Amino acid sequence: MIKAILIFNNHGKPRLSKFYEHFNEDIEQQIIRETFHLVSKRDENVCNFLEGGMLIGGSDYKLIYRHYATLYFVFCVDSSESELGILDLIQVFVETLDKCFENVCELDLIFHVDKVHHILAEMVMGGMVLETNMNEIITQVDLQNKMEKSELLLADKCSFA
Amino acid sequence: MALKIVKGSIDRMFDKNLQDLVRGIRNHKEDEAKYISTCIDEIKQELKQDNIAVKANAVCKLTYLQMLGYDVSWAAFNIVEVMSSSKFTYKRIGYLAASQCFHESTDVIMLTTNQIRKDLSSPNQYDTGVALTGLSCFVTPDLARDLANDIMTLMSHTKPYIRKKAVLIMYKVFLKYPESLRPAFPRLKEKLEDPDPGVQSAAVNVICELARRNPKNYLSLAPLFFKLMTSSTNNWVLIKIIKLFGALTPLEPRLGKKLIEPLTNLIHSTSAMSLLYECVNTVIAVLISLSSGMPNHSASIQLCVQKLRILIEDSDQNLKYLGLLAMSKILKTHPKSVQSHKDLILQCLDDKDESIRLRALDLLYGMVSKKNLMEIVKKLMLHVDKAEGTTYRDELLTKIIDICSQSNYQYITNFEWYISILVELTRLEGTRHGHLIASQMLDVAIRVKAIRVFAVAQMATLLDNAHMLTGNTQRNGICEVLYAAAWICGEFSEHLENPMETLEAMLRPKVATLPGHIQAVYVQNAAKLFATVLKSQEGNTDSTTAQEASQLMIDRLPLFVQSANLEVQERASCILQLVKYIQKLQQKDVEVSEEVCALFAGELNPVAPKAQKKVPIPDGLDLDAWINEPPSESESEDEQPKAIFSKEEPKHSRPRHTEVDEKELARRREARKQEQANNPFYIKASPSSQKVYQETPGVEHIPVVQIDLSVPLKVPGLPMSDQYVKLEEERRQKERAEKKKKDKKKRKEKRSGRGKKHDSGPESEEDITPAHMVDIVTEEMPENALPSDDDERDPADPHKALDIDLDKPLADSEKLPVRSHRAAEVLKSPAEDEEGENVSSLEPKKKSSKEKREKKKDKDKDRKKSKEEKKKKKHKHEEKEEADLLCGQADEPAFQSEETNEVVTPPTSTSADVSDLDFWLSNAPVPSNTQEAATVAAAEAAPAPGAISVTTPDSEPEEPKDTEMEETKSSKHKKKKQKREKEDKEKKKKKKHHHHHHHHGDKGGEESVQNGTVEEEEPLPPMSNYCLLAENSYIKVAYDIQGNLQDGSQVVVSVIFENKCDSFLKSMEFNVLDSLNSKLQRPEGSGPHDSLTIPFQLPPGVSNEARFVFTVQSIIMPQKLKGTLTFIVKNEESSTHEKLDFKLHFTCTSYLITTPCYSDAFAKLLESGDLKSSSIRLEGVNMPFHHLLARICFHHHFSVVERIDSCASMYSRSIQGHHVCLLVKISSQTVSVDAKCDEPTLLGNVLDEIKQTFSQC
Repeated sequence: MIKAILIFNNHGKPRLSKFYEHFNEDIEQQIIRETFHLVSKRDENVCNFLEGGMLIGGSDYKLIYRHYATLYFVFCVDSSESELGILDLIQVFVETLDKCFENVCELDLIFHVDKVHHILAEMVMGGMVLETNMNEIITQVDLQNKMEKSELLLADKCSFA
Repeated sequence: MALKIVKGSIDRMFDKNLQDLVRGIRNHKEDEAKYISTCIDEIKQELKQDNIAVKANAVCKLTYLQMLGYDVSWAAFNIVEVMSSSKFTYKRIGYLAASQCFHESTDVIMLTTNQIRKDLSSPNQYDTGVALTGLSCFVTPDLARDLANDIMTLMSHTKPYIRKKAVLIMYKVFLKYPESLRPAFPRLKEKLEDPDPGVQSAAVNVICELARRNPKNYLSLAPLFFKLMTSSTNNWVLIKIIKLFGALTPLEPRLGKKLIEPLTNLIHSTSAMSLLYECVNTVIAVLISLSSGMPNHSASIQLCVQKLRILIEDSDQNLKYLGLLAMSKILKTHPKSVQSHKDLILQCLDDKDESIRLRALDLLYGMVSKKNLMEIVKKLMLHVDKAEGTTYRDELLTKIIDICSQSNYQYITNFEWYISILVELTRLEGTRHGHLIASQMLDVAIRVKAIRVFAVAQMATLLDNAHMLTGNTQRNGICEVLYAAAWICGEFSEHLENPMETLEAMLRPKVATLPGHIQAVYVQNAAKLFATVLKSQEGNTDSTTAQEASQLMIDRLPLFVQSANLEVQERASCILQLVKYIQKLQQKDVEVSEEVCALFAGELNPVAPKAQKKVPIPDGLDLDAWINEPPSESESEDEQPKAIFSKEEPKHSRPRHTEVDEKELARRREARKQEQANNPFYIKASPSSQKVYQETPGVEHIPVVQIDLSVPLKVPGLPMSDQYVKLEEERRQKERAEKKKKDKKKRKEKRSGRGKKHDSGPESEEDITPAHMVDIVTEEMPENALPSDDDERDPADPHKALDIDLDKPLADSEKLPVRSHRAAEVLKSPAEDEEGENVSSLEPKKKSSKEKREKKKDKDKDRKKSKEEKKKKKHKHEEKEEADLLCGQADEPAFQSEETNEVVTPPTSTSADVSDLDFWLSNAPVPSNTQEAATVAAAEAAPAPGAISVTTPDSEPEEPKDTEMEETKSSKHKKKKQKREKEDKEKKKKKKHHHHHHHHGDKGGEESVQNGTVEEEEPLPPMSNYCLLAENSYIKVAYDIQGNLQDGSQVVVSVIFENKCDSFLKSMEFNVLDSLNSKLQRPEGSGPHDSLTIPFQLPPGVSNEARFVFTVQSIIMPQKLKGTLTFIVKNEESSTHEKLDFKLHFTCTSYLITTPCYSDAFAKLLESGDLKSSSIRLEGVNMPFHHLLARICFHHHFSVVERIDSCASMYSRSIQGHHVCLLVKISSQTVSVDAKCDEPTLLGNVLDEIKQTFSQC
């Protein structure tokens, strides 16, 4: 199971936080801070796994992260997930973002966090991996966006009619 | 009105959207909080408007603010409003917000039930999808209960997109509403074989998650997962399954044996690191479960360790980390294999990556021996000094202690060294593990009697230098050590050199700053020391020292009497009064030392931590019974508890008095605590003093302050552990020298013996004797302690509720709650599922009955018969048929009594299922190469199957017995050596492999084949689907083609290569000339004519299997592909290059997949009229009908839908979804097959192939 997915930048500013278990907002912020603290002090060429997050999980949980340019993608998972599998999943996630936003950069995530959530929802659901096939994810996301667009057009027409 | 609308839309234009909000926040970096609070005010205004678009926009912004840490729960109701918008755009915003901030205690959640139900049944799949996604994050027990049935219905939705989400969310539903697990499980199991890979993967995911927590309930699924493992190509699914097997093998070693081979093959063949790693992991788990008495797996262990070493040596830090992680699993059972890589692991200790160092530390645990313990610990101590960051340093500390204390201090040869290590560790500032060091000190001092003198001296020094430990930071974890020090000095004070000095050190005013529980120990042990001082002065004419001691106590104790801590206060005031009394006696020159010492007499023995729990309850003691009847309510509280003491003699009046006093005191104390707890101005003491030591709940939360000291802290006068390392080495050398002398002597004596033995080889473990004889006192356990173990699971664990037996048949009471007025609606919902499943609200019940049928198998023939009877009524045969059946039924009991065990054995369904598993497990591994080759050989060698079957019809009465015997055997898994039997099983198992767990309809069919008409029962001839592909003097190649469940355009060709010659076959390459329609899948980057290298070599006489995936476009015509196999034959003298041509025959049958079908769905399919029909006639078929059916099922991948007498309906489906229905009738050696299919060409070809099959026999 995945307990949480966090994206934050090099300064620890959260860009997306998805917790699959309830914490109140203060604890969530503490978790983000702690995770940032743990992850950011690691060198570039060390392994992508990390133990010892106090607030979230416990001994069964691990932080698996990747660092892309200005962003950290961190998954907090328990032992039922394959470490390398999750690393691949992060890669799929980032590539999907890249396809959906066309050359994704931090600004996309800053201004369209809702879209990122929708993309993520097609990959991971309730802490379990739903889909790992990038094309399938993109198809579903696109179809939903199309639906949204057609609804908006309709709404505009209605309001001006 | 119009104006209002216009105004609304204009307002909307000027509203901030999410982007504006984000931009605004970025532009107000200095006063972010203020800006956001104005934004929240705006949002509140927006939420008050009627326009749903405005509301949705506001909710969208709130979701963002929630991420920044703002509580938005106040808008929960508005979120619900947005969720219930009819527009997808807004609905999605609403559900997203809900998934981010709703949780179990959000009260508006209960308002959402109906909305969610509506969305779940929405015709728009994305409405349903969004609702499922949202629900997965905030499902509550109530929602789970109310919606379980709706979600279960969605598991059979026509759209795979919905199916996979519905399957996945079931896990959450199970967690919140465990009662739903059993009713939903059959369908979940079905989804493991869903044609859509996404759905399949979701089902695997859920079952793996369930099985991880309660593996034993899922053992019966092992055959199904095994099949998936050998057929799936999706790495993600494979990883999950392999992980699951890792959890299952400890429960069933036979499973492990079955797994080893396919896993080893995967290890050799896969290119995906993640898969390789998980395979290695599971192989390790298997080997662990087999480790007892299976020495011949050392090759597998070696393979694993080698692969892991490669990982650890890899430059990729991730692989290094994982390699170490897996290595630690091997360590537990096969320490020897790991120890040989000590160099590598020690090297990893110096890695710059903390994660890797931590993992290497874990491994060190198994690396130590008596010989190298000191050296390793020394190295770790160096790391402790260098370590930055408390986490790693604490980890080092615990590891040092773990390593040293493991298996009852087995590796420690010198306890003085260990004590000094512990003392050195107390120099660590800011560690959380003070209590750990303390408990080690106590443990060693108590259990190693010989070390007490030394330990006491060390502890005394420690106490004397307590200020160094506590420093300025009085709430420092390390001060826990003083607890141990004080206790040791007090308890073993007879060993103290200068008790007076220590007494003084323990009563310093500074002590009052220590935590309460430590002070309490100080006070108590000061009293012990005091007693010792008095005793040492006994007989001494000069009593000044004794009086000084009393005076010291009287002077210093009042400080503790004023302590805020109750425990300290109580002890101090008690002891103070005692000392005052003693002082009086001293002044009268009365000898008191003996009496005072008696206070603390007696030795304290260590007690095992679980001793208390294991005290057995004596017979006849009922702990729940009242000793005295509880006082009636009317009795006033003040009344004396007469009942207890009234029988006692009057002498005891004083103790009674104190007893009452104590009670009174306790009550007052309780009242006072209550009062204090309620008094906000009362500064509370640390939580209950006694417990703190054991659990130290507070210590972890103490903020750790790090002090930067340039000068290393050293407690003056304390010996350094390094010293001991040297001393120890010298000692050992001396010992060794002595030993050598002895050896030489011995050798001189035994000169004539066996000549040279190891001369001066490295000293072995046993040679090192501990420095001083250590008498390690073992922990005490109560007499006849219960052996029962052990770590009970946390009762709060939600997974505990899911520990449910899934094999028991479903009771009616377990049906999921269905809201009655919705039932009709559900019935109407999309029933024309592609799988022909009829989705109805009655499903669970129907399932359950079917389930029962499956499980109970032939054991309740009677009931089944009657059921079948009913069905038959529909069909043509009427009364006569029934009469026949009744006769059959009447016969039944006779057979049953003959069936002895089979029938008598417990009729519970679980046993049937378990024996299924046993049956599967008792067979040799399925894809095991040799076995499969044997099957091929058998199939070829087998004479016309009639040989056995023809003779049988005459000897009817014997038949039932025969088969029964066989069945009994299979269930008891006795192995019969006869080849025929074995083949028979093989085939049965194969069949199982195909049909197992498929479906009830299928099962039903199988049953009727086996049991429907008893006279026909006779062993089925052996069958194999592998047919010869090509053969020459070197190699024999056989193949089988199977459709891929997950992909409509893929077939998998399994090819068995058997080396027939005495030479080694290597560099085998397999190539096929692709046609337009069918293509061999080649790895990315290779050309269309490249050949595939087969990933193994064949030693003489060995066979192995490889799988190739082909993509096909049209499946309606059979096809032949030409191909070649090239290989090198290598023997001692020469190696030659050989080539073998072959033709791969893709029959239409190979595109069919055995798919079960219920009879009602089958009828519907036939009625639909979309199918074209065709028929064939087979003349002179000389075999029993059930053999005929079994052949069609086996060779052509059909399943029996229903069978009545000499007529049966059968079903199969192609990988591209064509339905193929057969009606097979037999009358006097003529078989007529009427067939229907939506693709006439395909049908024609399949029928031709069936004809072919029967013309061959």
